[in-house]
Amino acid sequence: MNIHEYQGKEVLRQYGVAVPRGKVAFTVEEAVEAAKELGSSVVVVKAQIHAGGRGKAGGVKVAKNLDEVRTYAQELLGKVLVTHQTGPEGKEVKRLLIEEGCDIKKEYYVGVVVDRSTGRVVMMASEEGGTEIEEVAARTPEKIFKEVIDPAVGLMPFQAQRLAFSINIPKDLVRKAVQFMLGLYRAFIDKDCSIAEINPLVVTGDGNVMALDAKLNFDSNALFRHKDILELRDLEEEDEKEIQASKFDLSYIALDGNIGCMVNGAGLAMATMDIIKYYGGDPANFLDVGGGATTEKVTEAFKIILSDEKVKGIFVNIFGGIMRCDVIANGVVEAAKQIGLDRPLVVRLEGTNVELGKKILNESGLNIVSADSMADGAQKIVSLVK
Amino acid sequence: MSILVDKNTKVITQNMTGKTGMFHTKGGLDYGTQMVAGAVPGKGGMKVDFELENGSTVTLPVYDTVREAKEATGANTSVIYVPPAGAADAIMEAVDADLDLVICITEGIPVLDMVKVKRFMEGKRTRLIGPNCPGVITPGQCKIGIMPGYIHTPGHVGVVSRSGTLTYEAVHQLTQRGIGQSSAVGIGGDPVKGSEFIDILKLFNDDPDTYAVIMIGEIGGTAEEEAAEWIKANMKKPVVGFIGGQTAPPGKRMGHAGAIISGGKGTAAEKVATLERCGIRVAPTPSDMGSTLVEALKENGILEKCITKK
Repeated sequence: MNIHEYQGKEVLRQYGVAVPRGKVAFTVEEAVEAAKELGSSVVVVKAQIHAGGRGKAGGVKVAKNLDEVRTYAQELLGKVLVTHQTGPEGKEVKRLLIEEGCDIKKEYYVGVVVDRSTGRVVMMASEEGGTEIEEVAARTPEKIFKEVIDPAVGLMPFQAQRLAFSINIPKDLVRKAVQFMLGLYRAFIDKDCSIAEINPLVVTGDGNVMALDAKLNFDSNALFRHKDILELRDLEEEDEKEIQASKFDLSYIALDGNIGCMVNGAGLAMATMDIIKYYGGDPANFLDVGGGATTEKVTEAFKIILSDEKVKGIFVNIFGGIMRCDVIANGVVEAAKQIGLDRPLVVRLEGTNVELGKKILNESGLNIVSADSMADGAQKIVSLVK
Repeated sequence: MSILVDKNTKVITQNMTGKTGMFHTKGGLDYGTQMVAGAVPGKGGMKVDFELENGSTVTLPVYDTVREAKEATGANTSVIYVPPAGAADAIMEAVDADLDLVICITEGIPVLDMVKVKRFMEGKRTRLIGPNCPGVITPGQCKIGIMPGYIHTPGHVGVVSRSGTLTYEAVHQLTQRGIGQSSAVGIGGDPVKGSEFIDILKLFNDDPDTYAVIMIGEIGGTAEEEAAEWIKANMKKPVVGFIGGQTAPPGKRMGHAGAIISGGKGTAAEKVATLERCGIRVAPTPSDMGSTLVEALKENGILEKCITKK
């Protein structure tokens, strides 16, 4: 789960991790108020969207007085910001972070992730702050330093220190950098983050070590034990269909194509998208109905897929193990009757009770095209949608 | 023969009395697996009846702890159907009881819990398969997990996969061609897991009854690439692969917690390229997994040997 920069900074504040003073604003008036409260000579007006690259796209403005704060707030609120991470359609800015400006002496990168190969949490740091870490990893990997953290003891001060020395934090500020890193690790572990990126980490003219930006993502598997983090969810940053799907415990991701998909199992669902593309079609979504699909879930899944105007046809690909094909077939027929089927539907059933499932579809009176295999189904839906 | 499980394996079901535990313990019994007990804290002393498809009734005892269940029955394996909040703890309990094998079916365990589990397991002899996996099956002998038994048939091709239903697809394609499976192992869809591809490939490599392997991967992480290098250096038998998610957009978690392309790494294209570079044929579509394996078997002159069902 993603949150906004200002929310990430608030979490870090709770762990004693140094961040600039700042406040969120939803209107121009609030922005000006917040700037007044801050009272700093320089105020930064930052667009808050769930995407990086905001600075380059003109989403971060430095204001020298309240009039400029007002102007920038007016400009940014409601603007559709297009960054290299938003996609060409961009994202509308609905919130701003009004933050005290700081005297940046140098920028660094610090990040915490779970390393899959070792199964450990790793803290990475680099002297190349402000740049995309993937670029640094590609061009100059030797400039990235890592500390593998033993979960039995956590991040040790000597490790944080070693990192700070490696990235040439000024020696008189190493202690502050260590405190920063220890706090960052604690926040990561306590809140079940999946990634925590501080890019850039800055050292300032007045001797501080601070997070100028903070990107915290949370492990969705762990949200059940973090109600406070769940409350930070911004539904306006998510696709409506994905929100609807999550209400019914459906795993759904919106894509750009016109062939809706419904599959049981994530691996098979990904492979279904792949095979549609292989035959020249374009999937409109990823959808895993999961093992315990009921008529209700299948109906909801259908509704969500059909609510996408781009969808010109649907491919249902089911390999029933525990899930029985007759249950799916009934769900499909019920859903089609409830919503009205106005687009081509291809169904491929395999597995438990497949004959019964096929019979139910054939006798439904609905215009459902049957497929014998995954390839057959993909080819059929692609040609029907052309 | 097989790897990991066979007709002698004795299995404890952790959280057997829950809905999922009950359903799949029965499924195991129906298949002929030696399901011997349940471990459910607080329900020790209960006896549970299972009415099997063949009309017989099997009664299994329930114990409060895995250790008690093991001592009472001589079981060496457990399967876990505990919900996410308590699943990591259930794994550690089974490891602490010194079982040979633990198979965790649960999907949704917090990643940092699994980081702790891995640390806990260091230096211990128990092998973990999963979490977020369909289980392990040696056709005709032992089925532990949620996979449909009837699509499998005994034979000589090993199957190892991160995905459940995509494995069934592959197994189905093999069985349709009369090509049986030695064992099929679901390693699961999570980013931090008990066993990776390499761990299972080693077992298949050492199994005299496995003549070839199908490896089914997906986007996210670098396990397939690491496996490919290992295969090139060590594997004595042909391996074919399939990678799901070639059309997955970056940055999105495609169902499985581990199926995510992040920072440009873990793309299907990279995996396919690495596999092919290491001499592993890759099926271009999921429908071609069976036929790609057949080509590899023919090329190695072992197709006849691998046809175990006419």
